[in-house]
Amino acid sequence: MRLHARIGFILLLTPLVLWLGLLIVIPHIDMLLISLRERISFGVYETSTTHYQKALTEPLYLRTFWRTAVMSVLATAITLLIAFPVAYYIAKMAKGRLQQVLFMLCLIPFYVSELVRTFGWMILLRETGLISNLLQWAGLADQPVEMLYTDAAMMVGLVYTSMLFMVVPLVTTLESLDDSVVEAGYDLGGNGLSVLREIIIPHAMPGIVSGCIVVFMLSLGNYLTPTMLGGKDSLWFTEMIYNQFIVRSNWELGATFGFMLLVLSSVIVWGMLRLTGRTLQETMG
Amino acid sequence: MTPDLECADLVKRFGDTTAVDNVSFSVPPGSFFSILGPSGCGKTTIMRMIAGFLDPTSGDIRIKGGSVLDTPPNKRPVNMVFQHLALFPMMTIADNIGYGLRRQKMPKDQIARKVDEALDRIGLPGIGGRKVDELSGGQKQRVAIARCMVLEPDVLLLDEPLGALDLKLREHMKVELKALQAAFDTTFVYITHDQSEALVMSDQIAVMNAGRFEQVGTGQDLYYRPDTPFVAGFIGEANRWKGRIERAEGSALEMRTETGLAMRATATGTLSPGDTAEIFVRPESIRLAATAEALSAFDNQLQGTVTSILFNGAASRVLVQDSVGETLEVTLPQSGEFANLKRGDTLHIGWGAAQATCFAVAA
Ligand SMILES: Nc1ncnc2c1ncn2[C@@H]1O[C@H](COP(=O)(O)OP(=O)(O)OP(=O)(O)O)[C@@H](O)[C@H]1O
Ligand SMILES: [Mg+2]
Repeated sequence: MRLHARIGFILLLTPLVLWLGLLIVIPHIDMLLISLRERISFGVYETSTTHYQKALTEPLYLRTFWRTAVMSVLATAITLLIAFPVAYYIAKMAKGRLQQVLFMLCLIPFYVSELVRTFGWMILLRETGLISNLLQWAGLADQPVEMLYTDAAMMVGLVYTSMLFMVVPLVTTLESLDDSVVEAGYDLGGNGLSVLREIIIPHAMPGIVSGCIVVFMLSLGNYLTPTMLGGKDSLWFTEMIYNQFIVRSNWELGATFGFMLLVLSSVIVWGMLRLTGRTLQETMG
Repeated sequence: MTPDLECADLVKRFGDTTAVDNVSFSVPPGSFFSILGPSGCGKTTIMRMIAGFLDPTSGDIRIKGGSVLDTPPNKRPVNMVFQHLALFPMMTIADNIGYGLRRQKMPKDQIARKVDEALDRIGLPGIGGRKVDELSGGQKQRVAIARCMVLEPDVLLLDEPLGALDLKLREHMKVELKALQAAFDTTFVYITHDQSEALVMSDQIAVMNAGRFEQVGTGQDLYYRPDTPFVAGFIGEANRWKGRIERAEGSALEMRTETGLAMRATATGTLSPGDTAEIFVRPESIRLAATAEALSAFDNQLQGTVTSILFNGAASRVLVQDSVGETLEVTLPQSGEFANLKRGDTLHIGWGAAQATCFAVAA
């Protein structure tokens, strides 16, 4: 009996171990090794930290690194601010069919690929696009307005792409909040703000944290949106990794960047959990 | 003295269902008022209107003489203990109890003192640091009441607060709630569908049916002098007979049942010969005897056979089938006299006309 249970356990575990090992652990170990070597001449390598020194001293690299981090945090914050009322409405105010329809509406954009979705934004925002024409027609602008290739356009794209991943965990946690608990909050003298702060947000915390972690990682690792909607100086860190690996064939520097990104996201996620006093187990459930 | 709570012609409609239909009542200060009724009769709806979570379709709600219709729930001097308590699971017990005081911007040290006092009052000193899910059902109950009572509301509303507890604890909490009400000296409005809760605790009980109040009175009033057939049937249990009135002299009357038995009863309201009526007799007001002579003092007497014995401790019953085939429920005295009673035995039963209440039945 115990032997059977053991074999079952091993069989269940095997795909997970393979998946983790082949796709995550091994490539990362290899990447770490690549990032720590220096090419002396053709086919001759030496262990060194030159690439890290270069990455941490070169102003362009550093600037892009921090910009990407800050913009991702900002995109996460904006997504949270927009998604929270939406999720609250879906979970607590909408009833029956309306609730389902609204939830579907959040899901529909994900039926088309990210490329097409981003292209949709380009059609709307470009110089000869819909919004520009509309502004001219309404007399609010006297010449075509270019709204693409700015940080704002990129932010819109990032928030739009991440929305669902924030709404779903929030709706799930908010739905589990008993209506009478909120009513009790008002009954005992609370106003909208204090009920939100003391009752609704603490209850939704697991959803907020897991939503933020997912959205932050998605934004940080996003390649398409910053490339297509961002301007010439809104270079995203992933674009630099792509450039090093593909355009420059400088795998060593690319791997270094990749590793920096990994460390950055780990540190920020850890900080987020510390700040809200949660553990990863609690959050991921 | 102005009543603490007064509802005047309260009506609430949801679409075309009328959940609360013209309800008026007033609750004097310091009393325990219960609303008793079957599920879905509109009890919670009344409660939510008083607390401010629902607007009445028409009518007025006055607290200490002033209308509160335009006061939002967080400003009303009433607090509510919810059906499932609705303690805040994200806070400690002390924070739960202190929540309302923090909203009133009371200084921290004063809040801490008041919370400790309240915990002493409910007999749970020193549990302030615990989480909500570290308490038992009965303890949560008391915390939910303390959370409201620290705010010293004019009226405390309780919506079936014992519904989630098991039987033994419910019996215990009935006594405890009454003691807490005396200790805090506040007006309680209590809703329940359990008649024994209402009878044990209340000064006044309103029996509600399909959105209306059938009768308001003390437990004794409702039990001994029900105004309507609904109350007679809902409070306690009763054997019923329908029939036609044959003679009436004042409130004393004689009715012939549909099965042909002649019965004497006391009328509620005016009844005259020829009217259709219904008689209610409680199982506990029927006397059992082995011989007919022992029952000669009673106005109504029957002979029957025992069809079954429903043993339930002090509330044990015998089912007796009379000569025309009807089955009556009779309380079985635990004096030892009928200890050997068994199925098929012949018995004599009797009851007085004063214990048989008769109501007119709408034809
Ligand atoms: N928001 C609403 N919309 C429509 N109908 C409602 C609404 N709330 C209550 N009702 C109806 O009003 C009636 C009274 O409901 P209420 O909740 O007051 O019953 P109750 O006496 O508290 O019952 P219970 O003992 O089961 O809690 C019911 O028929 C219910 O269906
Ligand atoms: Mg109810």
